[in-house]
Amino acid sequence: MKRYLLAASAAALVTLGGLAPAWAEYQTAHRGGTMRLLARSSGGTLDPQINYTLQYWQIFQPIYDGLVAFKKADGAKGFEIVPDLAEALPAMSNDGKTLTFQLRKGIKFSTGQEVTVKDVVASFQRIFKVSSPTAGSFYAGIVGADKCLAEAASCTLDGGVVGDEAAGTITINLTAPDAEILSKLALPHASVLPADAPTQDVGSAPLPGTGAYMISAYDPNKGMTLSRNPNFKEWSADAQPDGYPDVVQYDFGLTEEAMVTAIQKGEADWMYDQPPTDRLVEIGTKYQDQVHISPLTAWWYAPLNVNLAPFDNVKARQAVAYAVDRNTLVNLFGGKVLAAPVCQVLPPNFPGHEPYCPYTKDPGTKWSAPDVEKAKQLVEESGTKGQKVTVVVEDTAVSRAIGVYLQSVLTDIGYVADVKPISSAIQFTYIQNSNNKVQMSVSQWYQDYPAASDFLNILFGCDSFHPGSDSSINMAGFCDKAIDKKMKDALALGVTDQAAADKMWAEIDKAVTDQAPAVPLFTPKHVDFVSKRTGNFLFNAQYYWIVTQSWVQ
Amino acid sequence: MSDTTLSTAPVPARKGRGPWARAARRLWQNRSAMVALGIFLLIVAACLAAPLYARWAGVDPFQSTLDAVLKIDGVDVPVMEQSTEGLGLGYTPLGPTWNLKHYFLGADNQGRDVLARMLYGGLNSLWISAAATVLTLILGTAMGLAAGFFGGLTDTVLSRILDVLWAFPIYLLAISLSIVTLSEGLKIGPFVIESGSLWLPVIIIGIVYIPYVARPIRGQVLALRQSEFVLAAINLGVPGGRILWRDILPNVATTLIVFVPLMMALNMLTESALSFLSIGVQPPDASWGTIIQDGQALLYTRPWVALAPGLAIAVSVMALNVFGDGLRDALDPRSKIRLGRD
Repeated sequence: MKRYLLAASAAALVTLGGLAPAWAEYQTAHRGGTMRLLARSSGGTLDPQINYTLQYWQIFQPIYDGLVAFKKADGAKGFEIVPDLAEALPAMSNDGKTLTFQLRKGIKFSTGQEVTVKDVVASFQRIFKVSSPTAGSFYAGIVGADKCLAEAASCTLDGGVVGDEAAGTITINLTAPDAEILSKLALPHASVLPADAPTQDVGSAPLPGTGAYMISAYDPNKGMTLSRNPNFKEWSADAQPDGYPDVVQYDFGLTEEAMVTAIQKGEADWMYDQPPTDRLVEIGTKYQDQVHISPLTAWWYAPLNVNLAPFDNVKARQAVAYAVDRNTLVNLFGGKVLAAPVCQVLPPNFPGHEPYCPYTKDPGTKWSAPDVEKAKQLVEESGTKGQKVTVVVEDTAVSRAIGVYLQSVLTDIGYVADVKPISSAIQFTYIQNSNNKVQMSVSQWYQDYPAASDFLNILFGCDSFHPGSDSSINMAGFCDKAIDKKMKDALALGVTDQAAADKMWAEIDKAVTDQAPAVPLFTPKHVDFVSKRTGNFLFNAQYYWIVTQSWVQ
Repeated sequence: MSDTTLSTAPVPARKGRGPWARAARRLWQNRSAMVALGIFLLIVAACLAAPLYARWAGVDPFQSTLDAVLKIDGVDVPVMEQSTEGLGLGYTPLGPTWNLKHYFLGADNQGRDVLARMLYGGLNSLWISAAATVLTLILGTAMGLAAGFFGGLTDTVLSRILDVLWAFPIYLLAISLSIVTLSEGLKIGPFVIESGSLWLPVIIIGIVYIPYVARPIRGQVLALRQSEFVLAAINLGVPGGRILWRDILPNVATTLIVFVPLMMALNMLTESALSFLSIGVQPPDASWGTIIQDGQALLYTRPWVALAPGLAIAVSVMALNVFGDGLRDALDPRSKIRLGRD
């Protein structure tokens, strides 16, 4: 009950807040020009309900809208949920299982067609009809989702998403209260599209959106062009602000080295990929005014398979956690400016994060140094000394370097270790499949939305472990019934008392860290290298640089 | 008229000197071939000395030493240097010191001595290319001899197998085989080769080049099969195996010898390509290909990490090719006419 009051208060605050500008006034003098972006390759399909890449989630922001959105604001303010196509945050009833949205009037798709309740209902059905990658996880709690998951083609979400065209409302019924439902509805997979949008992956054919821009040209091998949506009229600067450049030209195919050079010469304004490590010194000294370094809620970690020797022994896992020198890894990533050591699952400044560092020279709240002697002792005690360990890493410069370093650490503490770099295109699914018998790997996890469950429950929950499947994100195969129950309790508690739930998540974080199903390595920072002419750089914690809020003239 | 006279003039034979000795003499007289051989042997010797060098320089080329600090001329020099200017972004490995005792070619991104890794990597590259050459020659010769001598169904089956191998682009086939075997290793009956073993690239490279050897050998054997001394042996009832071993194999031996350096050069390039793509030699083992890959990320600041192994490959392959050409000239009877003596 308390939660609903809070939600209502928040809605009132947001409505009032809407009267004031989200940040500095729109500066008309900077409007216009062509912004030139670069990326090594395209991000795949243009379907906002299917694409699951950070690259395109970022570029979808000025193109598509959902009922709610993450606020287009700088820093952690970007985690705030604001009404988008809905007039306000939803009214909740039925013990938090029913959300009712009032649809704004007068918003048009880029085709000129007005957004209707029918479009919203059809868009939710489409999530299942196109088998969106998160249909079974984020949206499975909607009434009728089970039938849609079983038979996607005939999905109606009967009783789950109900539209009232006369009243202009959309009611979403859940099977159980979900504290994170608004975050899930703010993701691109819940974008509102025309009701007649094809019910299969549209691939390279852009779908009409309601945002300030639309995709006017796309070739996955060459590039993408965004131009202004002629039917856009700003309704909320928090949710969908008008942009500065007239055109955004996103070109694919250059190497990172070439991208850096292009930006240095003023031939491009920004690169999606991180600058190569051997150019960091140069851009950090000669071009420091053009570099933006932003913290991320993410971690690099080394999952240890708890179902395979030697890491089926908790002492063996703890030994590795003690032995790994996080400072060395930070250096391999580019130095202290670009990363920070971590000891636990939840990243700093994240809901539920309470500093905890058991596997270090002086256990406490902060990592200080590796304790190799303790690690060797634990390996002896575990009786796993001399066993063979293979570390599977991505075939990228940083991952390979980390893999080679971990191999030398494992060798040092008594294992016979080797490292296997495999193509980035397959490594992520390869290490998930238990049939591949991966003992140890190196991976990264970036939040989908700001909730502790997005790390702990997703990466270490029993429901995330699917033996023999390429889609088993719990790579460690960790399933502790007691911890899992506590996660479910915390999820339920979050519906009524998020603060208490976050305390519970902090305890779960410690419990998982103690069991060491993964070695936390470091939390990365993001480097944005922009051209000299790029102004008004805003880094949103949820979707990173807000592309169209920067200007180029 | 005068040409005809010259070409038909009898060549005075030197008593007591066999064909092998004459070939060796011709090879010895080929200066470029001898220089190439010398360079190649120098590279081999340097690579064989890798463990000695690592011990003398006090470096472990397989261990990450990111925190190491060297004492050069009384000055502490970190192997990995954190940028302190501007935003303080990035770490740069030590560049070449041109001092054999201290990181002569500098460090890679793990803080390891590049020269030491070059020598160890060269050892692996040379070993793989040599072993793969032996494997190719054994299998290719066996297939070529059998197909050419026995003919009929044997020839048809073996030739079609060679056609299938030949149909694939060499690198595509090698990459495919490497990717398949890399995850699980290779299991043939009781024989198991681990995924990280150096034998995997040896076998893969050895197999993909079989048609290069088998085809010309088969052609030669088909011709030899019709020669009088072979027909005579067959008619006298000499067993086929004996004819192959005693009469045919010695006649194709020169071709096989010429193949050795040329195949080694090809194999070295293939091994480097596979290792560069992370599907050849697996870390922490090194080969020239893996070191080039390590150096790729440092091309802008520390180009020597990639350039040095690249040069080593280029020089070795060139040396092998020049020596191979010399060897062919020495063993080819036609070279007698070209050289105009002996």
